[in-house]
Amino acid sequence: MTAEVTAEIRTAHILDLAGEGKRLDGRGPDEYRRVQVEPGFVTTADGSALVRIGDTAVLAGIKLEPGKPFPDTPNAGVLTTNAELIPLSSPVFEPGPPQPGAIEVSRVVDRAIRAAEAIDLTRLCVTPGEKTWVCYVDLHVLDHSGNLIDTAMLAGVSALAHATVPAKRFGIAESDYPLDLQHVPVECTFVRLGDALVVDPTFDEEQAAQGRITIATDETGRVVAMQKGLVGAFSPDDVREVVRRALVHGDRLRIAARGGTA
Amino acid sequence: MGSVGAKDVPVLLSPEGLRIDGRRLDELRPLRIQAGPLHQADGSAFVEWGANKVMAAVYGPREVHPRHLQQNNKAVIQCKYNMAAFSVDERKRPGLDRRSQEISKVIAEAFESVVFAEEFPRTSIDVYIEVLQANAGTRCAGVVAASVALADAGIPMVDLVPSVAVGKIAGQIALDLKKEEDNFGEADLPMALVPQSGRLVLLQMEGHMTPDELSKALDLGVVGCKAIYEKMKQALRDRYTVDPVATGAA
Amino acid sequence: MGGKVYASVLGLLTTKPPFLQVLPLSGRYIPKPDDVVIGTVTDCQGTFWLLDIGAPRWAPLHMTGTPWNVEIGETEKFLRVRDSVIVRVENLDPTGRIGVTMLGDGLGKLEGGTIVTVSPARIPRVVGRGGSMIETITRHTGAQVAVGQNGRVWINGTPDAILRASEALRLIEDQAQRRGLTERVESYLVSTSSSNDRGPETAARESAHRDAPPQHVPPVGPADERIDPESVGPGPDEY
Repeated sequence: MTAEVTAEIRTAHILDLAGEGKRLDGRGPDEYRRVQVEPGFVTTADGSALVRIGDTAVLAGIKLEPGKPFPDTPNAGVLTTNAELIPLSSPVFEPGPPQPGAIEVSRVVDRAIRAAEAIDLTRLCVTPGEKTWVCYVDLHVLDHSGNLIDTAMLAGVSALAHATVPAKRFGIAESDYPLDLQHVPVECTFVRLGDALVVDPTFDEEQAAQGRITIATDETGRVVAMQKGLVGAFSPDDVREVVRRALVHGDRLRIAARGGTA
Repeated sequence: MGSVGAKDVPVLLSPEGLRIDGRRLDELRPLRIQAGPLHQADGSAFVEWGANKVMAAVYGPREVHPRHLQQNNKAVIQCKYNMAAFSVDERKRPGLDRRSQEISKVIAEAFESVVFAEEFPRTSIDVYIEVLQANAGTRCAGVVAASVALADAGIPMVDLVPSVAVGKIAGQIALDLKKEEDNFGEADLPMALVPQSGRLVLLQMEGHMTPDELSKALDLGVVGCKAIYEKMKQALRDRYTVDPVATGAA
Repeated sequence: MGGKVYASVLGLLTTKPPFLQVLPLSGRYIPKPDDVVIGTVTDCQGTFWLLDIGAPRWAPLHMTGTPWNVEIGETEKFLRVRDSVIVRVENLDPTGRIGVTMLGDGLGKLEGGTIVTVSPARIPRVVGRGGSMIETITRHTGAQVAVGQNGRVWINGTPDAILRASEALRLIEDQAQRRGLTERVESYLVSTSSSNDRGPETAARESAHRDAPPQHVPPVGPADERIDPESVGPGPDEY
């Protein structure tokens, strides 16, 4: 159970440890916690995945429904991502309208999926200008022990990778068919602890962090999105370093997205 | 009423007395309860009941937010029941809806009857119920999950609160309706029982029943609740059973 | 009720005639007068601070309950939000207000070190009979340790000392109900001391893997080993 206010001596201790290349839970600066992916967790969804990174858990559900395309993109399907930081998952979340943190997670995940062109949105078009599939990616945070971005992203991507378009149910085609991802983006988040840049921060490490940076990569080795968060600064060399590390982690996370433990 | 041959209306009860999933009238769907799956919450429980998947978490007793809801002589019990967007066939828009608000209130009141709230004045005991996958009886699954979560959080209570929905299908009283039975049946009666006192702390009904049918439904529900009660106790015992492989791995 | 006794929380029932005791297995810390607790400042007001001590309510520390000369409105000069302190519970009033004081030996602001949290139910095990367990930990690590009855433990020392003492606490929390705990903790501390080949980093790394029990700890007993009631909570004749 996390206390609502993190003691300053605890964050100071985390920074001291980081100075020696150590972390509270004994991990190295470039080590992820245990990653577990369970696709198909929810059968009422068209695709779903429960992902745990350490004690953090996010459940992603995909729902596809027929709808109207946007006027400026009549040939494309609609993708919309929403993250719920529900109070169930942490003592620091309050019930009510989405907080800035939730909105940031939604948008960072959405940006990576879009930029990577994970889904060919034109394939979701049914009748240009009139009818298209709307793909909802709902990210439900169940347990917040740090690094919601990477966990939510992996859950979203894994859910999409295992999703089926319910074409038969909506009378649009003879049978349902798999959504089929053309690219697989994943996200890797690092925080600065003193001079060290450590990957996959725990909740306490996020409290101690002096800056956070997320790098999204796809399976072809491209960087598709980046986000700097929290208060702190990164030099261009820092950015080069985390990109290099993110590419390595990305490949491991992509394998995990298929299902299983990493 | 489940007549054979009518389009889209399933046969809810076969001549042999079997329901669409093969159960008898007085049988519960498979029920699995896990106590303490979440790490942040003070107490938590995950319930898989038929095709329902419901997670509950309890925080507290803790300071009340917003402060004006504070009570001088006891803890306030706040409950929020919510369905995930992907938990139902037709996506549910995130956000408050009237049905969820009503269910939240009814569940909070159920727990107010059993929690020793006077032991914690000016605090809040927050109960969160998330339906991840729905197939009828979600409020009952929610009560079961929340009750186990409250115990997992060490909140002192008179008793655990098992809950089940009884209904009427094809003119017969049936225990634990599933989705099709709820949609095409003639009545639905969710209830929650305090086994120690034999009293009901949650009771709702929708549909039509004769007083005799209602009486039979209540009795059947109590029997169902007692069976569920045993599973709830076992889930809590299992949480603290010493297992050398699992020790340390949450 | 009706001549029968019921437990209101999930716990272990122990009988030390004529007493029946239910020792709660979980739950927030419930303060008792004279408990020494470790808290973190969550709010700073004109004449007092509010402390998070892991109890159902925050505990107010009044400026007169400190050894300092605090002027009204100057509380922030002495303690700020996120500072940690060790205080004693003085009184509890019926409205649930938890009065604490910093006046007394061993109480005050905590500087340096870190705070580790264990379940309050485990604290008696952390302390041990007559303080034996905590003495074992400090002796083998050289760490300075202050134990709060609220499950917060302050550890100060070299990074290595803090790491090993924290790990010892984690062992106690995970295995408190088993027999032979003291030997297991001592064995861990001895095997990870700096005089040993195995560096502290490796030991910590091994024990960070929650899948398997730590390599250097003797294997645990069979699954049907009975829970030892002696290991949970004090008996009426202790403390």
